[in-house]
This record gives sequence, C-alpha cells and structure tokens, in this order.
Amino acid sequence: MKEPIQSDLKPMPEQLAYANVLFVGAWLGIFLMIITYFLYLGGVLAPHVDLGLVTANWNKGVDEYLAVTQSPHGWGWVKFLSKGDFLNFVGMVLLAVLTIICYLFLIVGYQKRRDRIYMIIAALEVLVLASAASGLLGTGGH
Amino acid sequence: MIRNACTKWRILLQSVTVILLLHPLTAGAAQEAATGGGGRPWWFWPLILFVFCFVLGIIAVLAGVGGGVLYVPLVSGFFPFHIDFVRGAGLMVALAGALAAGPGLLRRNLASLRLALPVALIASVCSIFGAMLGLYLSRLNPDIVQTCLGAAIVGIAVLLLVSKNTEKPVVTKQDALGLALGIRGAYLDEATRERVDWKTHRTLLGLVLFVFIGLLAGMFGLGAGWANIPVLNLVMGVPLKISVATSKFLLSITDTSAAWIYMNKGCVIPLMAIPSILGLMFGSFVGVRLLSIAKPKFIRYMVILVLFFAGFKAMDKGLGLGIMG
Repeated sequence: MKEPIQSDLKPMPEQLAYANVLFVGAWLGIFLMIITYFLYLGGVLAPHVDLGLVTANWNKGVDEYLAVTQSPHGWGWVKFLSKGDFLNFVGMVLLAVLTIICYLFLIVGYQKRRDRIYMIIAALEVLVLASAASGLLGTGGH
Repeated sequence: MIRNACTKWRILLQSVTVILLLHPLTAGAAQEAATGGGGRPWWFWPLILFVFCFVLGIIAVLAGVGGGVLYVPLVSGFFPFHIDFVRGAGLMVALAGALAAGPGLLRRNLASLRLALPVALIASVCSIFGAMLGLYLSRLNPDIVQTCLGAAIVGIAVLLLVSKNTEKPVVTKQDALGLALGIRGAYLDEATRERVDWKTHRTLLGLVLFVFIGLLAGMFGLGAGWANIPVLNLVMGVPLKISVATSKFLLSITDTSAAWIYMNKGCVIPLMAIPSILGLMFGSFVGVRLLSIAKPKFIRYMVILVLFFAGFKAMDKGLGLGIMG
C-alpha cells in the first residue's frame, strides 16, 4: 500500500475559493427563490401576469404564451422587477450566473501557475457562458 | 423494533413510489387538463408539483439518477405544461441540484477540475446548440421534440439497464491527448485508506461523445448524469467515485449554458419552476437519509421501468398514436 502524499490530494486554493463562492451563491439563490416565491404567491407584490392567466396558457408554446401574457424575453424581465412574478428571476439568475463568477477564480489560479492551456480553456468557458447569458443566441423575438 | 420500523418505512416508501410513478394523482388530473389550468384553482398546480417533485427527489437519490432525467419525461407526460416550459424548468432543477452539491465535491477534491474543464467546454457549447435546436424544432412542431424525447428516454432506460460501471478501471497507458492536458489525479479511498492514482485513456473518443451528450442535454433539458458517468468511467477509464463527482460538477456548467438559452427565450415560468426546484431539492435531502433503509436496487429497476413507460408514452403522444391514452 502506498503512503498518501497529502500535497496532490488536496485541492488547489482557487478550487476552494470556487467551492466557497458556489456554496454562498447557491444557497443565497435558493433562499431568494423561496422568499420571492412567497412574496409572489402571497400577493405582497402584484404580478405582471395574473396567476389564472399563467395556468390557462402554460400549455401553449413559448412564443404564444409570451404573446398572450405580454411577457418579455431575454433580459426584459429586469424592467418588471417590481412585479411579483418577475422578481422570482433574481434567485434563478443568481444560480445561472454563479459558474461564470467562479470560473474567474480559476482563470486567476491557472494564470498564477502558468498553466496556459487550462487558463485558455477557463477563459473560453467564461466567453461561452457569457454569450449564452447575453441573450444574443437563439432568443429572437416572438 | 428498529428493524420493524425500517421495514415499515421501506414498504411505505416503495408503495408511495409505485403509486406516484405508475398511477400519479397528477396523471388523472393532467388527463382532464386538456386546457392549461384544467378548471382547477391556480394553487393546485404548484402544490401538486411540489409534492410530486419532492417524491421524485427521494426516488432519484435512491435510484442513483439525476432529477432532470425523471422530471422532464414524467412532468411533460402527466402535467398540462407545454414541453418548452418543462424543459426550461428541468434544466433549472438539474442546475440547482448540481450547484448545491458542487462545493462539497470540490472541497473533498472528488470533482476533478483537470477532467471537468475540457469536457465542460465541449459539452456547454454543444448544449447551447442543443437548446437552440430543441426550441427551433418545438416551434416547427412540438410533436417532433416529444417523439425525440421519448426515443431518448427509452435509450437512457436501456443504458441504465445494461451499463455496468467499474469502480477502478485499469488504465495501463495514458493516451497523448490525456497526457498533453494532464488529465490525471489521485484521491484517498476512505474505505481502504489507500491512495488511488488515476489517468485517462481514449480521451479523444470521450470528448467526442460529450458533443452528443451536450446536444441531448440542451435539446431536452435533461441534465446528463446518466451519460456523463458511463463515458467518464467506461470509456475514459476514470474511477467511479471521481466520475460520479465530476459528472455532478459538470452539470453545474453544461446546464448553466442551456438554462440561459431557455431562460432568455422565456421558457422559465416561476409559478411552476420554483416548486419543482425546491421540491426536488428537499426530496433529495430526504432521499440521502433514507438510503440506509431503502432497497436502492429495487427502486432503480422500478425507475428504469417507469422511464420505459414515460419514453413510450412520449413517443405515443408525439406520433399521435393514442395507444397509451
């Protein structure tokens, strides 16, 4: 049996930073989702789309649903943050943006280690995720 | 006494599983819900969805599959939501689960960044294309997506049935690509206190397979643990423990890219997505606690059976045959 060598069994510091940011961000996102959902259902903040209208139309395709409910696509929801239904997007968007933030720590880590290949891979991933998040890909109007 | 209590719990759990999966209350409700709300009050659907997803979360953990792969076919089959919204919510469900599990896997160094980063880049690019393709096909005719989803689910059920993962695959020689990328690592086996060194082989083939995995994950909003693990473990020769952990971590990256496409397109309805995410998440916490008293093998086979049923039902619905009601 080989003796464990602790140095390469431990994660690199940036991996731990990634884990810590992910931990705080994921649970904050989930907590925000719970709070905003109850604000929405409790009627504390009036929704942009009436609850009955949502349930009457969620069997329709997305284009038709957006047209009937006059809902925005892309980042249009930001304009409706004062509405109970669109406020829910804050928690969900936090979850979806977390990986991009965490990858920035990896880019710094790989740069410090002069691991050029992995630094480029991490930078490319940030680009890919940021492009998806931008709303420019495949989100043409309805 | 403890054994009795455990047996009762197990019987209760298995009964609930059977009832829920094979004849869910929601199935009946959904059948009559030809129109969106089915004449029921708005609160009925989030409530029933939360309960359904809670049980689904328990079952997913016990069966060793991800929540997304059960969520999409079952919810699209038994609830009145359009497939566009089910896929959007399915991705958010898989994403939230992967993000919550990620920190622990990274801290314990079980999720390998050297393995995950190149794979994630390929899979996330492809999942964006998959999401765009899925939404395009859905706009042409949702039945195409429904039929393809059914075929994919049946394929997944076959894969779960036949694939036999290897705990520590033997990799005698690392291939050039794996060597160039430095895809190797070591972990401490908690059971034997032994250091396990690992490296990959057939790395190029593995990366090519992630093109298809990414496409399928984005197209159907399924998550992709069902495919990640066999490819990492059986094709690339990564130990099972590292494969499972890296697969879960990978989902947090690949599902993020596809989730953004669905979210920006407007395919995420909070009223149905949030109870699904929370239900599955809380269910999986309970599932972890029940692991010691449940019979995972029985539940796994039952889930495979249900996946066959859900897959054929989706194909039946997509092709308009009407054989399965």
